[in-house]
Amino acid sequence: MSALAADDLGMVKALGRFGIRLLWHPSLSEESGREAIAILDDVVAGRIALDCLCVEGSVLDGPDGTGRFQMLSGTGRAMKDWVAALAVKARHVVAIGSCATFGGLPAGGGNPTGARGLQYAGWDMGGALGKDFRSGSGLPVINISGCAPHPGWVVETLAALSLGDFGPERLDALGRPRAIADHLAHHGCSRNEFYEFKASAVRPSDRGCLMENLGCRATQAPGDCNMRRWNGFGSCTDAGYTCINCTSPGFESPPGPFQETAKVAGIPIGLPLDMPKAWFVALAALSKSATPQRVRTNAHADHVLIPPARRPTKTP
Amino acid sequence: MTQTTRLIVGPFNRVEGDLEVTLDIRDGAVAKACVNAPLYRGFEQILRGRPASDALVIAPRICGICSVSQSVAAARALALVCGADMPANGRLASDIILACENAADHLTHFVLFFTPDFARACYAGHSWHAAAQRRFAANEGQSTRALLPARARFLHLMGVLAGKWPHSLALQPGGVTKAIDPAERVRLLAILAEFREALETIVFADSLEAVAALNSVAALDAWTDTAAPDHGDFRLFLHIARDLGLDRMGRGPSVLASSGSFGLFQSGVWDGRLAPFDPAGITEDVAHAWMAGGIAAPFAGLTQPAPDKPDAYSWCKAPRLDGRVIEVGALARQVVDGHPLARALVADTGGGSVQSRVVARLLELARLIPAMEDWVQALRPGEPFCLAPSELVAEGSAIGLVEAARGTLGHWLTARDGRIGGYQIIAPTTWNFSPRDAASMPGALEQALVGTPVQAGETTPIAVQHVVRSFDPCMVCTVH
Repeated sequence: MSALAADDLGMVKALGRFGIRLLWHPSLSEESGREAIAILDDVVAGRIALDCLCVEGSVLDGPDGTGRFQMLSGTGRAMKDWVAALAVKARHVVAIGSCATFGGLPAGGGNPTGARGLQYAGWDMGGALGKDFRSGSGLPVINISGCAPHPGWVVETLAALSLGDFGPERLDALGRPRAIADHLAHHGCSRNEFYEFKASAVRPSDRGCLMENLGCRATQAPGDCNMRRWNGFGSCTDAGYTCINCTSPGFESPPGPFQETAKVAGIPIGLPLDMPKAWFVALAALSKSATPQRVRTNAHADHVLIPPARRPTKTP
Repeated sequence: MTQTTRLIVGPFNRVEGDLEVTLDIRDGAVAKACVNAPLYRGFEQILRGRPASDALVIAPRICGICSVSQSVAAARALALVCGADMPANGRLASDIILACENAADHLTHFVLFFTPDFARACYAGHSWHAAAQRRFAANEGQSTRALLPARARFLHLMGVLAGKWPHSLALQPGGVTKAIDPAERVRLLAILAEFREALETIVFADSLEAVAALNSVAALDAWTDTAAPDHGDFRLFLHIARDLGLDRMGRGPSVLASSGSFGLFQSGVWDGRLAPFDPAGITEDVAHAWMAGGIAAPFAGLTQPAPDKPDAYSWCKAPRLDGRVIEVGALARQVVDGHPLARALVADTGGGSVQSRVVARLLELARLIPAMEDWVQALRPGEPFCLAPSELVAEGSAIGLVEAARGTLGHWLTARDGRIGGYQIIAPTTWNFSPRDAASMPGALEQALVGTPVQAGETTPIAVQHVVRSFDPCMVCTVH
């Protein structure tokens, strides 16, 4: 549903600019019932060429491997079997959202429905299509993770595929487009000054950094979330709530509450990626001791209490 | 002898989630309908044992289109078990966020899900078909192409207030995590003004206030005839509805219920008279659901799949209010609230119809936007938006009720020692698309489909599609 708002245009129009035509989409197409099934049958029989199969939602294996937890209406056939039959016909296979990529929330809490992603089940390549699956293009499943993914990620990835020069070097180790996953959600966070000084929010709606107390995982979460805007203006951290690392496998099962930072001896377990622990501890202590009064005060308020100092710029 | 034939219809496009309907057809009309939700998702099982506050992360992810409603229900249930209170700004911001989702969903339903059917080839020959094709055709229609961007820009409200939509964590038991500053307040008003203009130009071709003031069937008829049939999408729909008799199609149960919303729409149960809505009268029946157990109140309810259960045909449970089948949604909300046009439309048919469900949704859209303008004006930057609960060790049981776009949504939370001991959810479409209960009483859609005409040779009967879509079902919520 997030993709309906793509580029403020709607997905159909946004994709149309790249010559991409939706063959069938459950929310957008006119065709229902038999007409819709006929399209799927035509693809499986090879009568219609399928450039790209996009799948949303986890593939459900249960109960007992039958797939009966999700049957495609009107066909008496499990969705997992439809996905398998369509995937082998597709030039590209794209998993959209963390459910289709890694299993996502349905895979949490003991995974009652046997939920998996297309190529992955969590961090393992035990997804519904199997570890060795390659689509017609020779690429593995392209994983646009996120819960929900940014509509721009969907449009730009499909557009990039349509340009014809998308090779395996554009994917990270988990099949995610590097154009997105080479960044961290932390990059561009508007709370950066609070982060630098470890001036931390304590309660919901505080302006301070969300990492130390409120569970923010933006320094570990792949995604350019704060380098682009969501719904025109926002982002998770911008709106005052924690990044839950929704683009990563297993995000659905943190060891503690989502909105609390797990710590050992007062130090967050989840340190910024690639950062040596000793340095983090040393820098955090140093920056805390250097925190300006303005930053310290504003970190614990929901609006700016102390504005930046007003002084003429010094001339040399 | 008349012959009964059976038709299995699905998948339903332009319906959120998976739906299959089995129809027995006799004498060119539906004689019996069984509604099957063919997907089971297990969220209630996943929630059990998690820290209570995790409901704010997990529950919204039940749905990409009712996400905020799920957040609000979870936050309300948590607020009750944690004793949290909300400051005025928090309440206003939560209401604006929820109203934004409700309004966007109503528009999405009208433009993307419902009206494209009138552009179908099967209606060629009707006087309005060319206009319907021009305005309503799936993806290509003028209105679709104009209103999708308007909807996207309206959802910028979510960017400002909630960070993103769907799946925000901005809605907390004590308010919202995002305080609005004076500049953002101006931005919110600008977004609302732009959306109002799109609605007043394209959808209504009239002011929102004029539409909200339509107070009788005669007034609606007169308004329909005051301009050319394609002067506004709403008017074109009303002309089509008149021609196809949509006011007589899809008659739902005679009991309509709403838990009330925003302090703007009052709560109650309407069956010709208004009675209080008391959630204590709610039970869930699993006689025809692939679920183990019997009839239970939600606090005592379990969700345990029983895939091989005989006589079952859906993953959806059958909720009942004091043993009765009810219809929920915008029509129920407006009828319960006493909107004279909504009351008149229902009095006319003795229950909801395809036409009255669509009219009520647009009526509500026309009522919501002016209210949202007032709420934004009432925000007080500088004053608190969120109060932290003093203790976050959740303990006890509580119901979080909310009116989602599609109707009454309830979360029944039992917390023990800060963890979720039980979590039962009844979504709007669980009410509307429930299977039969132990007394073999059909659910609301199952009742509404009886009598729907089926033309010879139709495999996916168009009238059946109108009836199904008139409820704006959300199947992914139904089978959470």
